Amino acid sequence: MNKRWGYWLFFAALFLAPFYLTEFRLSLLGKFLCFAIVAVGISLIWGHTGILSLGHGVYFGLGAYCMAMYLKLEASRGHLPDFMEWSGVRELPWFWKPFAHPMVAIAAAIALPTLLAALLSYFTFKNRIQGVYFSLLSQAVVVVFVTLFIGKQEWTGGTNGLTNFSTVFGFSLSSPLTQIVLYWLTAAVLALIFVMTRRLTTGRLGKVLIAIRDAENRVRFLGFNPTVYKVFVYSLSAAFAGVAGALFVLQVGLISPEMMGIIPSIEMVLWAAVGGRHSLMGAIMGAIVMNTAKSFLSENYPDLWLLLLGALFVVVVLFVPKGLAGIYESLAAVRIKEKRGHECEARVDVS
Amino acid sequence: MKPVLMCRDVVVDFDGFRALQGVDLVVYPHEVRFLIGPNGAGKTTLLDVICGRTRATDGRVLFFSHDITQRPEYEIVQIGIARKFQSPSIFPFLTVWENMELAMRQDRRLRSVLRAKLTGEEKEMMAAQLEKIGLLDERHRLAGSLSHGQKQWLEIGMQLIQRPQLLLLDEPIAGMSAAERERTGEWLHEMAEHCAVIIVEHDMDFVRRYSKQVTVMHEGKVLCEGSMDEVQQNERVIDVYLGRGKNACCASGM
Ligand SMILES: Nc1ncnc2c1ncn2[C@@H]1O[C@H](COP(=O)(O)OP(=O)(O)O)[C@@H](O)[C@H]1O
Ligand SMILES: [Mg+2]
Repeated sequence: MNKRWGYWLFFAALFLAPFYLTEFRLSLLGKFLCFAIVAVGISLIWGHTGILSLGHGVYFGLGAYCMAMYLKLEASRGHLPDFMEWSGVRELPWFWKPFAHPMVAIAAAIALPTLLAALLSYFTFKNRIQGVYFSLLSQAVVVVFVTLFIGKQEWTGGTNGLTNFSTVFGFSLSSPLTQIVLYWLTAAVLALIFVMTRRLTTGRLGKVLIAIRDAENRVRFLGFNPTVYKVFVYSLSAAFAGVAGALFVLQVGLISPEMMGIIPSIEMVLWAAVGGRHSLMGAIMGAIVMNTAKSFLSENYPDLWLLLLGALFVVVVLFVPKGLAGIYESLAAVRIKEKRGHECEARVDVS
Repeated sequence: MKPVLMCRDVVVDFDGFRALQGVDLVVYPHEVRFLIGPNGAGKTTLLDVICGRTRATDGRVLFFSHDITQRPEYEIVQIGIARKFQSPSIFPFLTVWENMELAMRQDRRLRSVLRAKLTGEEKEMMAAQLEKIGLLDERHRLAGSLSHGQKQWLEIGMQLIQRPQLLLLDEPIAGMSAAERERTGEWLHEMAEHCAVIIVEHDMDFVRRYSKQVTVMHEGKVLCEGSMDEVQQNERVIDVYLGRGKNACCASGM
């Protein structure tokens, strides 16, 4: 019960943020909530199922690019996007054309990452490739996509990525009101994904996932096919990342290959690690706290961030494997014990 | 009576090493079949083949009328063969109750697991089963925190609640106290009221006490079959065990 109140309070605070944060801080928080959506997916696959993916940057990036393609076309008002003209392209490539429809863009932002994740995970998990080998494979996919997106400048905008958008559904992206609405949308999506994932993990599925994490072979001998379950949660987490990417690009106004690369992919894992990968709320907190720290530090000491990130990773892995959520839980456990202690004393008094 | 299980001429070849060299085994409903034999005889490998963990290089395994020789493990479990491994393999970070919930006979496809909720009937069944294995009071504990013997019992409970038609046990009493062994032995025959059991066991006193039919394996082959008394009289069995000297695992008991 206590926990549930905490959740309500947290999401209420998020929804009220436009009333107490400056425009600048709100835009930062909006961005962090996108990251929090990714972190929920990471917690689902890593904390609950034991799949360490170092490739979620790609799913995030794909979602973001899909949305960005629509924004770019809307900003170009029927002309070719600027970067295509500079690269000497004469006609809009065929695969860009459907993205003129926002609904296609949104659908693709979810479907493409999901499909890519499903393919990758199906072929690896079916062949019982696990652990570190899967992590490396997922990272190889990042390298392939980043290289592809940089190389195909005339289609993707190259290293600069896609930017200079103007409107979404005809509303100006620079207007504060649009930004607030987008913030609320992001907070709502995060709440929805949190509630949905929590239901999944507290139900029987969650137990199957924990069982797969701890003894995959044993799960097979209970008659479950772990491959199906792993492909499902992995693809679901990629869908979350795709949605997060789409919301991100709407608020930040830019997506480039750098943002889907290896370092962002590792950062995503770190958010969950710092927050506590076994806990969905921990992962959300991890994403918010880490990115707050990052924006503070990179405003003041830009070079320090990567070093600190590395150090933090080592510290968390070695000393706080359960992250912030773990610290919170042990504090709560102490409190419960104290309370129980009082109850026992009380009972002794009565008798 | 129709046999539950028929293994015909099963061969397993591990990169040139023939762990099983043409094994035939027929098990009937409600039978408790003991598999004995020196270390490396291929007993575990035979169980592995039956439950799909190891693929047979040659030969066939029939479960009632299903040919299960090439089926994946999870399908073999779904049609009614349960396997218990040598070391207790419960899920340490799930509670006793949750362990039972996963083991319970159910539709194990993703789409039904997504919607699954315990019915009152299922809860009663799980509680009854836990009561039988003496773990009802421990149901909210993490399985990882149980004692070794309790873990063994939990695992047996998990096999039973699957309601298998064939149960494969690999050295189930290893690490149990004398009292626990006795309970397990009595249980074996209670289990046999519901299903057929194949049990690998090294402890000859235990085999003598609880066996009817014994199959002796040696170097990947079935040496002989019969009651413990018959088997002990068998020349070839005596040769094998005596030939291996006193160090052979079962020699002292024979
Ligand atoms: N995966 C494997 N690869 C190679 N050899 C194996 C493998 N599994 C078992 N063996 C060998 O097969 C033989 C039979 O093993 P096993 O079935 O475990 O015997 P038992 O259970 O009767 O003691 C042993 O010689 C063992 O070394
Ligand atoms: Mg063995």
